[in-house]
Amino acid sequence: MKRFDEVEIGEVLPEFTCPPVTRTQLALFAGASGDHNPIHVDEDAAKASGLPGAIIHGMLSMAVLGQLVTGWVPQKNLRSFATRFAAMNYPGDAIICRGKVVGKCQEGGENLVDLELEAWNSRGEKTLAGSARVMLS
Amino acid sequence: MAVKDIVGKVFDPFSIEVEKGRVAFFARSIGASDPIHFSEAAARAAGHRGIVAPPTFGFTIAMDANQSFMVLDQLGIDKTRTVHGEQEFIYHDDICAGDTITGQQTVAESYDKKGGALTFIVTKTEIKNQLGSHVCDLRTVIVVRNG
Repeated sequence: MKRFDEVEIGEVLPEFTCPPVTRTQLALFAGASGDHNPIHVDEDAAKASGLPGAIIHGMLSMAVLGQLVTGWVPQKNLRSFATRFAAMNYPGDAIICRGKVVGKCQEGGENLVDLELEAWNSRGEKTLAGSARVMLS
Repeated sequence: MAVKDIVGKVFDPFSIEVEKGRVAFFARSIGASDPIHFSEAAARAAGHRGIVAPPTFGFTIAMDANQSFMVLDQLGIDKTRTVHGEQEFIYHDDICAGDTITGQQTVAESYDKKGGALTFIVTKTEIKNQLGSHVCDLRTVIVVRNG
């Protein structure tokens, strides 16, 4: 793991891509996350609510984006994590996660690094705009 | 009830037990392979009290506790007119397998955008564990399409 003094503002995190999300993964995530909304697993229900088809859970995309951060620092060092849900992902979309260092500060005796995060789908749409704060020694 | 009248409302406290199998299932379903979600030894070696849930698992606890649609149900808003706009987690401690998590949701604020075409409802949920530690704060923004 990097040390606080080795990290520079503007530094780009290694990109993280999750393989195309399958309908099977959506069914498993529905069960595992407790989000049983049928628009994620039932094509008919999704169309009935005005969508072109079943959509990927926003919280699945967020969980994937989280792995960009926990691939860079251990989860133990995570202090906050936030996202705005900007566009929808559909089954078959890969989720491409990017991040960069946008700030450094010291607070409460900890060295903190602020990250700007983004997730894009394989169709070129930005689906998440987020941020995280992590601690480095 | 109008949206502005629900701001400040504090819902009843909830309690959820975090099962080891559920943490592993959740981790597998998001593609997380870090052994801290599956192995007690690996989690302890990484500085956790026990098998630790992935960072967004707090939302699943709120889901299991039927918190996610509480505001919409109280307001009688059709869920198909809403989207999850934003989600934030502020971490103070780990959520570990075997924990009993308690929490309480508050409606923090609401505001309109696009000349009233959209209403934003912000809720905050503070969660604690059985040791009395403040674990995490969740901030959820729900967007309602009006008209």
